[in-house]
Amino acid sequence: MSKWFAELAAVFTKCFIRKNRYQLLLSGIGVTVKVSLLAVIIGVLLGFVIAICNLSKNKVLKTIGGVYTDIIRGTPSVTQLLIIYFVIFASVDLEKWIIAAIAFGINSAAYVSEIFRAGILSIDKGQTEAGRSLGLSASQTMTRIVIPQAIKNVFPALCNEFIVLIKETAIVGYVGIMDIQKAGDFIKSATYEAFMPLMATAVIYYVLIKLLTSVLKIFENALRKSDVR
Amino acid sequence: MIRVNNLHKYFGDLEVLKGIDEHIHPGEVVVVIGPSGSGKSTFLRCLNLLEEPTKGEIYVDDELITDGKVDVNLVRRKMGMVFQQFNLFPHLSILGNITLAPVLLKKMTKEEAKKRAFELLEMVGLADKAEAYPAQLSGGQKQRVAIARALAMDPEIMLFDEPTSALDPEMVGEVLDVMKDLAHKGMTMVIVTHEMGFAREVASRVLFIDQGVVMESGTPEELFGNPKNERTKSFLSKVL
Repeated sequence: MSKWFAELAAVFTKCFIRKNRYQLLLSGIGVTVKVSLLAVIIGVLLGFVIAICNLSKNKVLKTIGGVYTDIIRGTPSVTQLLIIYFVIFASVDLEKWIIAAIAFGINSAAYVSEIFRAGILSIDKGQTEAGRSLGLSASQTMTRIVIPQAIKNVFPALCNEFIVLIKETAIVGYVGIMDIQKAGDFIKSATYEAFMPLMATAVIYYVLIKLLTSVLKIFENALRKSDVR
Repeated sequence: MIRVNNLHKYFGDLEVLKGIDEHIHPGEVVVVIGPSGSGKSTFLRCLNLLEEPTKGEIYVDDELITDGKVDVNLVRRKMGMVFQQFNLFPHLSILGNITLAPVLLKKMTKEEAKKRAFELLEMVGLADKAEAYPAQLSGGQKQRVAIARALAMDPEIMLFDEPTSALDPEMVGEVLDVMKDLAHKGMTMVIVTHEMGFAREVASRVLFIDQGVVMESGTPEELFGNPKNERTKSFLSKVL
């Protein structure tokens, strides 16, 4: 038994301590977090705009929204990342991680827009009528009455999308960005050890998402304040 | 105060209102009765343009509001509306519900609106509920808050769309009492309701609408005591 532990410790040292390889993982965490964070922001803002397009009565806007959602949902995110990185931003001088975040944001926006659309449609027509009958404009009614309620309703679905997005960023290695996944992979190739680096990768993602979930839970409870009976 | 000329409303091919002419004077309490699907709610909802009339004119304070040129939002600020389903904003406290519009539309400062909200809550007997959320109130309480919310904009006219139809029977009285109170203070009101006792007691005029037209109109005494139209007679015999 103690021999087994000793071997495990040796592998651990080889994978993470020697040549300071743990730093690869640490900086990988930083990359994953910043790509995800920027992507979430882009995804939510763009997703909101697309949702409004989809709900609009204007035919042009509706078509734009529809085509956007259709294309993004109909193609793999790896393909989208590669196209955005190597084709669309090929000659643009931006940091790699920012381009990746834009790609993930564009991808996420399609899903977020559907979540927002469903949320807005879930609010009873009477709420809009009550707002308008008080003399509020259509946009005031939207921003002050419909959207706050819609966000509360879709918050769990939105959290789910954030989680999916973080895990999705594990493909940034395709464009040569060293995130958690790529760092684990790199250690695997350098040490010929598969178990330890891949397990470490999995645990790090798990903990990150666990942290995010608990923070989001606090927000959700705050949003549910008005539900008390 | 409100003048309606030859008002028609279609939903698709269905003609719901078939030419209504009405004149609602300041201080009048007009109660609209009629069978389900007769168009009485549609008529009410046309008055503040929640439904867009297909044809005809509506004047509010001698201003034509149906030509698409007026600012609908400004017209609606003169008219409070109370709905069958209350439609309180569930994400806002009672105070938030009442102060939202006056503050957002810059009619009052936050402080003024709050003060006014407490006066109105006092009037409807719910001052202790200011910090509560709609989900914590009973149906009757919700509807009284909805009335206070509409009054917060200091409307010239109040429109009630079956305000007691979604209430448990024991809560109807508390809402009707608030409305009576309002009527005695001289508020101009148009009320769609099935509460015939209330109509008889409070209305200055009763309209009987059926099949999209005003079949008969008169004081409660005339309409309930001596209905002339056959349809009115048959309707009243079923509900009284």
